Amino acid sequence: MTSTQLSIHAARVQRDRLGSLGVVQALRDGGVETKASAFVMGLGNIVHRQAVKGVLFLAAEIAYIIFMVRSGFHNLAMLVSLGSVQQEEIWNEELQVYLYTKGDQSILLLLYGVATILVTIVMFWIWRGTVKSAFKAELCDKNGWPVNTFSQDLHGLLDENLYRLLMTPSMFFIGVLTILPLIFMICMAFTNYSKIGDHLVLFDWVGLENFATLFDGGSVLGGTFWSVLAWTLVWAFFATFTNYFAGMVLAIVINRKDTKIKGFWRFCFVISCAVPMFVSLLIMRTMLQPEGAVNVLLRNMGLIASDASLPFFTNATWARVTVIIINIWVGVPYTLLQLTGVLQNIPGDLYEAADLDGANKVQQFFKITLPYMLYVTTPYLIATFTGNVNNFNVIYLLSEGQPVVDLSSTAGATDLLVTWLYKLTIDKQYYNIGAVVGILTFIILAIGSLLTYRNSKSYKEEGGF
Amino acid sequence: MKTKSAKQTRLINNIIVHVVLAVLAFIWVFPVLWVVMTSFRAEKGSYVSTFFPKSYTLDNYIKLFTDTTLLNFPKMFMNTLIVAIFSCLLSTFLLLSVSYCLSRMRFKMRKPYMNMAMVLGLFPGFMSMIAVYFILKAVGLTEGNLIRVALVLCYSGGAAIGFQVAKGFFDTTPYAIDEAAMLDGCTRWQIFTKITLPLSKPIVIYTILTSFINPWVDFIFAKVICRANADQYTVAIGLWRMLEKEYIDNWYTCFAAGAVLISIPIALLFLKLQKYYVNGTNGAVKG
Repeated sequence: MTSTQLSIHAARVQRDRLGSLGVVQALRDGGVETKASAFVMGLGNIVHRQAVKGVLFLAAEIAYIIFMVRSGFHNLAMLVSLGSVQQEEIWNEELQVYLYTKGDQSILLLLYGVATILVTIVMFWIWRGTVKSAFKAELCDKNGWPVNTFSQDLHGLLDENLYRLLMTPSMFFIGVLTILPLIFMICMAFTNYSKIGDHLVLFDWVGLENFATLFDGGSVLGGTFWSVLAWTLVWAFFATFTNYFAGMVLAIVINRKDTKIKGFWRFCFVISCAVPMFVSLLIMRTMLQPEGAVNVLLRNMGLIASDASLPFFTNATWARVTVIIINIWVGVPYTLLQLTGVLQNIPGDLYEAADLDGANKVQQFFKITLPYMLYVTTPYLIATFTGNVNNFNVIYLLSEGQPVVDLSSTAGATDLLVTWLYKLTIDKQYYNIGAVVGILTFIILAIGSLLTYRNSKSYKEEGGF
Repeated sequence: MKTKSAKQTRLINNIIVHVVLAVLAFIWVFPVLWVVMTSFRAEKGSYVSTFFPKSYTLDNYIKLFTDTTLLNFPKMFMNTLIVAIFSCLLSTFLLLSVSYCLSRMRFKMRKPYMNMAMVLGLFPGFMSMIAVYFILKAVGLTEGNLIRVALVLCYSGGAAIGFQVAKGFFDTTPYAIDEAAMLDGCTRWQIFTKITLPLSKPIVIYTILTSFINPWVDFIFAKVICRANADQYTVAIGLWRMLEKEYIDNWYTCFAAGAVLISIPIALLFLKLQKYYVNGTNGAVKG
């Protein structure tokens, strides 16, 4: 390397050592042009030979200002009241028809308001970036370090800044299709957006009223909530652990030394995963109807009277047991696949030592296999439990929450919080109560999984294995 | 004498184990067999008194693809195929690129992103479904053929939240390879496309296939987004409708035929993918 090349290299190293600069630091120590970039975004970059970058920043600012003036401020203002103009019909003499005036639609106002807030947050992010970028350009120019040209910046996006290029599309989609809807939904929980009281077009903020309704065990909704919550927890517990133990025992039995044709047995169980879950669930449902295949078969075999049928989905207790058992059928193959590998990781010498000490298979299972498995698979168990609390498919496709025991309530005996949420929003249009149920589900899950995870051995001794 | 009795107990144990396994295997295979047989059954209706059909026919499959007056299955099949192809491309790209960044690069947003993904995973998936519908409606994607775009976005938009398995896989490829490539002047992008991806073929295939299968088996999202637009229905909604009261008597055997048709490719993929499935989740469990 020549000496000039060396010095350029040294300067570049020095520049890169700057690392990330803080916004506060930039605003405090920066020159006039840097401070001005806080108002005219990109100015610092334009001054310091990064014209294209600066112009892009400026364009972003102009676009944001235009957006805010044209609709943003209006959106934010409407977010407070959520609109009050009723839609009205006016008789038009000329056309001889009723014309509708454009009223406010609270749901759209809420959506636009929330979206505007998100856009503003993103803009704040960009603004921080501009100030920092301006400060960096200033420092580089002042100290004679090389200033990145625009093409170098673009090239950097494919190299050391690749994460910016690759994470942005995902962040955009997650922001628009996951985070925005979630915030939107959470907002609904604090409004009276519901068919009750006819608030489907215009609604208002009501604070914590919906939460109070749901926690009040005396009201219809409140009573339903507590019973649905109890059944959800019972269901999640049984669905998780029946599958876990059935799958584990099955995996152990298939993998034991003396079992022949292991591949065939595994194939038999795995093949049922191939049928899409909703198909097998729908088939199960048809088969278990009062006049379905199972009852017909039992009648023909003379096990039940010719006009009787087993109340698989018509009796509350039967229905609850049925969904848990069918869930075993659906879930065990997956558990089998997942646990087989983990089971094979248990050090074999543990069992050899146990054999020498005269422990039988049952003792070995409870003293070696189970503790090891619980240790290693706690995160998996938590994930399964969470999945089961949110297990919409099995319940909705099998029983649709039937049977309805209490006619005044909106939920059936097998309804989980999530299927109840679905019914409340889609069928009943109690959007606000539905949103509250969703939030409470999340809180229960978050607290539950955090507590179990933190108390589990695999968290406390992370990396122990 | 003692060894002989031990041998006998072992034999008896083995017999019991195999008999139990056979019974269980039958229970698990039975419904699958039943669907296959129903799809070839000549008698109509959902309730029959015999397990084996009295006569076999291919009419159910033929009817599925020719009788398009009530339920247009070929159209639904094409809808689903189009949605599946595009959402597969988009979600594979999103998921793999995010997983690569989280595995190989260190940046300020890395930890917050991973925590955020965990929190988002705790919300009931379709709690925001109604809100997603409103958003798609506000941008005008819920009418006509644009519904397909809406479905693609729904299926692939959140793909990058489930980065764990792919990230776990990338974590296992040695970083030394990346360093060597960087010394040779490779950019990160080149390392990603020319080294990491070819080295991670199993996870790439796994991602492509799972995201391709998703639109075929999802039913809830499709139903909420499509609403009454029957010409945009996917296969899953079509099959579900065949079991509704007004169709079930005529369409039950066709339902079985349709179920078999979409199960065959999934079954083949699943058997092929079994080992990746086990490996992938193993990594996730331990991580």
